[in-house]
This record gives sequence, C-alpha cells and structure tokens, in this order.
Amino acid sequence: MTFAVVVFPGSNCDHDAYHAAKHVLGEDARFVWHKETSLGDADVVILPGGFSHGDYLRTGAIARFSPVMAAVQAFADRGGPVLGICNGFQVLLECGLLPGAMLRNRDVRFHCEMVGVRVERADTPFTRLARAGQVLRIPIAHGEGNYFAPPETLADLEANGRVIFRYADAAGETTDAANPNGSLHNIAGICNAGRNVVGLMPHPERACERALGSDDGLVLFRSVVEALAGHGAAQAVTR
Amino acid sequence: MKARVFVTLKPSVFDPQGHTIGEALQSLGYDTVADVRQGKYFELDLRTTSAADAEALARDVASRVLANPVIESFRVELLDQAPAAAAPGGGR
Repeated sequence: MTFAVVVFPGSNCDHDAYHAAKHVLGEDARFVWHKETSLGDADVVILPGGFSHGDYLRTGAIARFSPVMAAVQAFADRGGPVLGICNGFQVLLECGLLPGAMLRNRDVRFHCEMVGVRVERADTPFTRLARAGQVLRIPIAHGEGNYFAPPETLADLEANGRVIFRYADAAGETTDAANPNGSLHNIAGICNAGRNVVGLMPHPERACERALGSDDGLVLFRSVVEALAGHGAAQAVTR
Repeated sequence: MKARVFVTLKPSVFDPQGHTIGEALQSLGYDTVADVRQGKYFELDLRTTSAADAEALARDVASRVLANPVIESFRVELLDQAPAAAAPGGGR
C-alpha cells in the first residue's frame, strides 16, 4: 500500500506523515512534489501540515493552484482516500473538496498544545478502527483553525454526519473550554459527501508513537490501511 | 491602469483580529470606537489602458485568488490615471 505525501513549498509536517506511514506502519510512502501532475500508483493521499507557499495571502489559497491538485481532485473523485492535516485541511477548504473556511483563532493566538479530539463517526476510511465517542489526545499547532461555514452548510454537515472530529474534554464533552480556536460546533474535522476526503486541524501524524506523548493518532493511519486492505467492518477493533 | 481591491469579511462572519483591535483601542481610551472590522487592501498595477479590461481583470483576480467567497466579499475601484505630463503650473 502506497501513501503519497504531497509536498508544497512550506510544508513542514510532510516528513512526520511520511514517517508515520513508512516507519511506524511499515507501508510504502513517498513524497510527491506539488509541481507533479500525477500521483502515480498512490493508494492514499496525504496533504500535510505546514505553511504552503508561505500562506501570505490566506492559508492554502495559493496551494490549491498547484499542478498536483488537479490529480488530487481526480483521485478524490474516483473515491480515493485523501487526508488533509492542518494546512492540508485548509488547502482542501480552499480548493472546494471540503466546504467551509478557516478564520483566525478567536483569541488571535497561535495554539500549540495537546487537545482532546472526539471521534464522531467511524464510517470513513480514516476512522473505521476508531469508536464513535472515543476521545483522542492529539496535538494542534495553528493560528487559523477557527472553522466557519455558513448556516446552511453547517446544517448539511450535521444532518449528514459529516462532522468527523470535535474538540472535547477528557470526558468527551464538547465544551467551550475544550474548544481551542472558536470553531463552530467545536468542529475539528469534517469529510466530503463521499466520505473519502477527510480534513482535520489536529495532527495525528505527530501522535503515532508513545515516545511523542501519544499514539492516539495512529488509528487514522491504521484505519485507512485496513480500509484499503478490504477488511470487513466487522473486523474493526476499538483501541 | 490601476485598480484597488478591498477585501472584507462578510458581516455575518466574526472577525477575531478586528475585535481584538477594537478592544485595544477602547483600552487606550477611545471609548467612542464601538467595533472594528479588519480587511485587506490591494493595489493592482495593470498593463492595460482599457477601463473595461482593467475592471474585468481585477474582478477575476479578486474572486479567484484575493478573496475567499465563503467568508469574504470584495469591492473593486479603478483609479483614474493622471495625464502622463501634467500641464505646466497645473500642480498635481
């Protein structure tokens, strides 16, 4: 199974994602430079965190014009699993693969900390080994993760179970205090209508080994490996 | 030809930066400042002398790149170019 990690100028979590796939999971992984027009034989695409093209205008605003994004769009349209992490999520929002937009964090500060992330749905390729209601300990590191969507979009996301992750306390309560950035409905991650494209602000790739303080993020990577291996949902295990 | 593009958050969208600046102004004693909304301002220098072309180009750039239509709206203004050589004694 091959993970393609897209590299934009300014990506800085590309190696973390590569490491999680290649060294922690033992799967094939390779980098795909943003000027490439093909993803090759990729089975999974990861848009990593960082500051693509410097994010000088808006986060992800320029990255969506990168040549590789047409291939990512086509891959997603074919049902291929795509995971956007942090800046990768922002790129997915800018290019329209996911709805909504990011505002500056409500306190205008960059947040770099461990947070609680409640899994809302296990019916995506990236959460099938997780359990709905499970709270993951995963770090965030962003200044613009304040998720916004117009009321009708938000209602559509909620009605169709497309909110995949919410900020929550250790008990799983989605309190305002557990919301680090002001995101509407404590939203930390969403998916597309086909459920194969998932974006989230927290960094699961930075929480894949106990030495890093948490390996809760591993479930996203293990899930997609399992999903692609074609294992039945009945074999899904909870951690 | 020059065009000005003003990008502002839609009224329904909370503006954390503007809000913070507003609070700062109030703490400086500007009690009359009720609220602040922050936006972006771009000046485009366009290689065209056609006002219609300039406006179309500025709108295209603004809608595709400079503004995110989910959260922002924009306004375009064309700047009248001053005559290449000002009349003597005509001032600026």
